Amino acid sequence: MNFLLVLEWLIKGFVWALVLLGGFAYLTLYERKALARMQSRLGPNRAGPWGILQPIADAVKLIFKEELTPAKADKLIFTLAPVITVVPAVIITAVVPWGPSFEIFGYHLNLYIADINVGVLYIMSIASIAVYGIVLAGWSSNNKYAMMGGLRSTAQMISYEIALGLSFVSAILLAGSMRMLDIVSAQGGYWFHFIPKWFVVLQPVGTGIFLIATLAEVNRAPFDMPEAEQELTAGYHTEYSGMKFALLFMAEYTKMIAISAIGATIFFGGYNGPFVDKFPWLGPIYIFVKIIILLFGMIWVRATFPRIRYDRLMAFGWKVLLPLSLAVVFITAVGIILAQLNPLLIIFIPVASLLVAGVAVALIDRTLRRKDYARR
Amino acid sequence: MNLTLILFIVLASVAVASAAGLLVSRNTVYAALFLVLNFATVAVFYLLLGAPFIALAQVTIYAGAIMVLFLFVIMLLGSEKLPRGQALPWQRPMAIILAAVLLAEAGFLLFQRLQLTASLANPEASVNTTETLRTLGMTLFNQYLLPFEVTSVLLLVAMVGVIVLTKKEKGEQG
Repeated sequence: MNFLLVLEWLIKGFVWALVLLGGFAYLTLYERKALARMQSRLGPNRAGPWGILQPIADAVKLIFKEELTPAKADKLIFTLAPVITVVPAVIITAVVPWGPSFEIFGYHLNLYIADINVGVLYIMSIASIAVYGIVLAGWSSNNKYAMMGGLRSTAQMISYEIALGLSFVSAILLAGSMRMLDIVSAQGGYWFHFIPKWFVVLQPVGTGIFLIATLAEVNRAPFDMPEAEQELTAGYHTEYSGMKFALLFMAEYTKMIAISAIGATIFFGGYNGPFVDKFPWLGPIYIFVKIIILLFGMIWVRATFPRIRYDRLMAFGWKVLLPLSLAVVFITAVGIILAQLNPLLIIFIPVASLLVAGVAVALIDRTLRRKDYARR
Repeated sequence: MNLTLILFIVLASVAVASAAGLLVSRNTVYAALFLVLNFATVAVFYLLLGAPFIALAQVTIYAGAIMVLFLFVIMLLGSEKLPRGQALPWQRPMAIILAAVLLAEAGFLLFQRLQLTASLANPEASVNTTETLRTLGMTLFNQYLLPFEVTSVLLLVAMVGVIVLTKKEKGEQG
């Protein structure tokens, strides 16, 4: 193990952590600004020009706030829970490559932190660990609202994890590998010189399932049941204040960035883009732009949709997303076999999966029109 | 004394300590968390043996899904504190006998194993190659296809059973 390699890992890990944490601070500002625009408001504009110092002001405020611990809380777990929430959010993107490798000053530099052959499974396992922080935060507060928030998040995250995993499976099948680098390189190139070979083109329904399931996974609106204000005051973080609250908040926004980076890599071609093979420095820029666009999508969804009722949330996860994602996996497998006969038959995958999704939407529409469902 | 051995000893002590903590702890949430820690250390053992797929599957399924459900049920029922004393009087002597039998069995196997030293599989042969996953899939779907399918049918039956059990009877209010 040579010293230079260890130094490279350290620097890359440090830089990525800083990018995530700085990104978190400015994502809050971005969200507030974008939401304000959509609601005909101005948003934060007092601290610095266009409010760009607002995150720093927020951080200073949170640091100096008094930290309360409820008298009957489980002190150890109450203190640990924010940490347990933050760590998975920060480490989950370690397998995401953010650019092709290139030579710099005669040194071969790889633009990723870890390259493991089960990268997608790593993402799944860290995502499944992420629920602990929220559950424990809810339980240790010794507050019934927090407890309900924690319970809801457990049920919700476990339910949507299955659809999330199955949407990954279609991408794994298409790439023929669980390695993130292979998945990205499988999406390089074009059909007919202008359609990029991204998996979102091949498997639009799988991508849709991924985007919906991740919204539930990071507890974003319209699936933000764990912190539904009207019912649970603030859900699992009701009792948290000061920096502990900031950590929970940070985990939520860092998860948004992480999920966008993962989605951009697995379904939207990663760092691929025009001229990236000639100028490797374009890679990080492309993935950054894709992450920003996906984040905007999440904010847009929050501004658009009302929160789903809890029973419908579970029904949607189990009765719609799960069967649909199973169908998508099946169609993808059939399409790959067909493509071995004739490469043009790969068109079967998007066409058949869109048809199935259309049928699913029509069925949901019919069910919702039934009177007895509407009344309950 | 190489790095792997030091790592193994540290991890093994964590694994044993967390298992003991699970047994001793009187708070079921703490017991569940000790079990999660134990599963995580076992996953690292798999990594040391050069089986990243099994390691991550262990974390995803045991720590990520099963233990979360355990915690869910514990919290839902509000049964965090275990009562003092025992429900079944014959439980403790029975447990001691069974544990002694298990220990004797394990010890016997271990000492028998020591005689044929180096029979442990050489982990270097399979460390982190891209092929391990492919090999695993091929073995599972060729050599062990029937057991695999039987297992999946078993899971399906369990799923159908749960649906039947929770289904509302006709005319039942709820």
